[in-house]
Amino acid sequence: MNLGSDIAYIDTFHRRKVRNTIFKIIVIVLSVITTSPIILILSKLIIEGVGQINLDFFTQLAPDTFQAMSAKMSGEKIPGGIVNGITGTLFLVLLASLIAIPIGIMAGIYLYENGSKRYTNLIRNIADIMQGIPSIVLGIIGYIWIVKNITHGFSALAGSVALAIMMLPLIIRSTEETMKMVPESIKEAGAALGVPYHRIILKVMIPSSFSGLMTGILLAVSRIIGETAPLLLTTLGSPVINFEIDKPTSAVPLLIWNFYNDPNMIDLIWSSSLFLMGFVLILNLISKRIIAHREKN
Amino acid sequence: MKSEKITKYVLFAVSLIILLIFAGMVFSLAGGAMPVFKEYGLKFIISADWNPTTGRESYGALPFIIGTLITSLLALLICFPLSFSTSLFIAEFYHKTRVASVLGTIVDLLAGIPSIVYGLWGFYTLRPVIIALGLSDQGFGIFTSSIILAIMIIPYATSLSNEIITMVPTELKEAAYSLGATRFEVIFNVIIPNARSGIVASYILALGRALGETMAVTMLIGNANIIPDGLFSTGNTMASLIANQFGEADGLKLSALIAIGLLLFLITAIVNALGKYIIRKFS
Amino acid sequence: MVENNINIQNPVLSIRNLSIAYDEKKFAVKDVNALIERNAITAIMGPSGCGKSTLLRAINRMHELYPKIITKGEILLNGQSIYEMQTIQLRRKIGMVFQRPNPFPTMSIYDNVIAGYKLNGIKLNKDQRDDIVEKSLNDVTLWDEVKDSLFKKGTFLSGGQQQRLCIARTLAFNPEVILLDEPTSALDPIATAKVEELLVDLKKKYTIVLVTHNMSQAARISDNSMFMYLGELIEYGKTEAMFTNPKNPKTEEYLTGKFG
Repeated sequence: MNLGSDIAYIDTFHRRKVRNTIFKIIVIVLSVITTSPIILILSKLIIEGVGQINLDFFTQLAPDTFQAMSAKMSGEKIPGGIVNGITGTLFLVLLASLIAIPIGIMAGIYLYENGSKRYTNLIRNIADIMQGIPSIVLGIIGYIWIVKNITHGFSALAGSVALAIMMLPLIIRSTEETMKMVPESIKEAGAALGVPYHRIILKVMIPSSFSGLMTGILLAVSRIIGETAPLLLTTLGSPVINFEIDKPTSAVPLLIWNFYNDPNMIDLIWSSSLFLMGFVLILNLISKRIIAHREKN
Repeated sequence: MKSEKITKYVLFAVSLIILLIFAGMVFSLAGGAMPVFKEYGLKFIISADWNPTTGRESYGALPFIIGTLITSLLALLICFPLSFSTSLFIAEFYHKTRVASVLGTIVDLLAGIPSIVYGLWGFYTLRPVIIALGLSDQGFGIFTSSIILAIMIIPYATSLSNEIITMVPTELKEAAYSLGATRFEVIFNVIIPNARSGIVASYILALGRALGETMAVTMLIGNANIIPDGLFSTGNTMASLIANQFGEADGLKLSALIAIGLLLFLITAIVNALGKYIIRKFS
Repeated sequence: MVENNINIQNPVLSIRNLSIAYDEKKFAVKDVNALIERNAITAIMGPSGCGKSTLLRAINRMHELYPKIITKGEILLNGQSIYEMQTIQLRRKIGMVFQRPNPFPTMSIYDNVIAGYKLNGIKLNKDQRDDIVEKSLNDVTLWDEVKDSLFKKGTFLSGGQQQRLCIARTLAFNPEVILLDEPTSALDPIATAKVEELLVDLKKKYTIVLVTHNMSQAARISDNSMFMYLGELIEYGKTEAMFTNPKNPKTEEYLTGKFG
């Protein structure tokens, strides 16, 4: 059993060490390459976008192509801003949240309360599948359900329904997960005092898992806020500020899409994208903060 | 006690809403797709002819199904070495160190970039590079789209693989080290064989993401309604076709687009269900 | 003050002024000096957190798997510093068996035994492989129990069989020293007895160093015993002498169950 190959074995040390080192270097190099897109994209947005961000950017309507063209020809900055996009995005997010948050939280509580029965698992699986549905397909749904049958035209409602369906599975899942972390004793204490069931949910379970629910909602919002595809099929866009649910509405990503399709507006593309990215990152940061805060306590 | 009953019914009713939304989506997509399937039958799926010109109307989904599969699979191929290295960096080589958590945060940021911003970056930064390299005249096409898609799915593939890799028991890695294995040998003989199905599942789920990505692909693929004949050929995916043509569509064309939406829905649902199933079996 | 009541000629291992810290302040092992006797069982005892596992792992440099570890002092294997050897080479000479049985779940019993060769990329022909597998499994008295299911997964065996398989995996590599880190703590009494019997048998061919917090186990099978407390080696001596007449009051307190 004492191998005669010991010498050959020792000879392989060097080769194996080298192979190990080369592999480690490859892993490090590829990992660094993986970080490069984010750095390139962020720096591109900042370098090209900061110049156009000023007060007007937040208070003025998006310019039309002639305004942009004449400004360009006289070498000035493109006038106007993206206020109709910002209000539109906020409006859509608000509507979508109004639909998705109550349904999502209640469905999440239902799943938590009913453990792993067959029906509950079915709902859970459906939520899983819904999470994977491409957003463009949800745009089609918003179009068929709302644009064609309810508002008979492109509308904020159609867009927010599509976005709400996107938010739902995320909120359902995060609600169920946070509810699981509420100590059973807190619930029992409420029940022992004879508090009615719906009040235990409203006064005990939701408050004590508030930060978790909040994180889920913020992450869901940050996922829909940059969505463009479903809005193309549902809200269409609007050159003015609109807060009516049955009228077409603009949104920041829709404005970016318009700017992209108009060679005169290039400068506004980057500032709008920078704004949108900043918004998403801030939402992500806030929710990470909440998670970190909760884990500390 | 009565209020308890009511609350339970309300919660149950809400869960029914989820079921109804889902069933309604399937129903609406199928209903909208009906005219085109009535007209062409299953030939719609295998026909490569897409011609919306009135009088010579003909609709076939094959170019877009192929376009979708090629871009997504190519994206997966490009994504794999990058994201798997990153997973090994975070979950094995530098596990629990500061540099790993910084890298993890940076990769997570990729998930926060809106699709349209990826598209812009692809259009203004990546496309010129493709042209400069002489890979294609205009820089649009399958290859350009796949690179952007690959970047977009990196965070999903990476974070899942990270979890899977950290789940490989330390005892097994230690056993291998104690037998004189190098890290390379531990990775290839212990970590990968033990985490294999989980790793496969995370890339299947990442593939599910790539299949449905719309805006960035729409801006980069060249929007040609043909079966792509090479890596640098232009084409269209199912999602990019819908984004491009939905606005002006009605009649049979609208039905064809909805039918493509239905097919996309089914393909992504199957891919995701497969990924989730493997993950569940794994853990 | 170390009570060192042992005189060892021709030691396999010499541990000299060994200190190990997980960070600048937290020492897990403090200035340990000891010689390990050839073809004997040396037990390392002490309450949890006393540094006994860290000391054991330092002997084949497994503790270096943790980042930021600081090691001072020296360990010599047959007079040669282990820090001058490749870890690959060192670990082949000093094998290790762990607390929980850890056969590779993706490998068959057969492949588990020769895992060391596979991992190290050593090519063997079929006769050599069969030979090594049969001999190693025989050495751990597992051959008769598994010879008909060699190509089944090792994870189907009972806990005690798995642990003996892990010992066989170490033996297959023909090491000089076998380190065992509480090898029976996850096993039932019958399986434990079998492993203990096996270890006593194995010391004819190998040097065995065993970490245990089971004092009676140390008393039953070890020749020499170390007692560690708060990272320091408090007492080292012949097991029989130490158990009947401990020199250090701390050792006595531990052996009489006052703490631990």
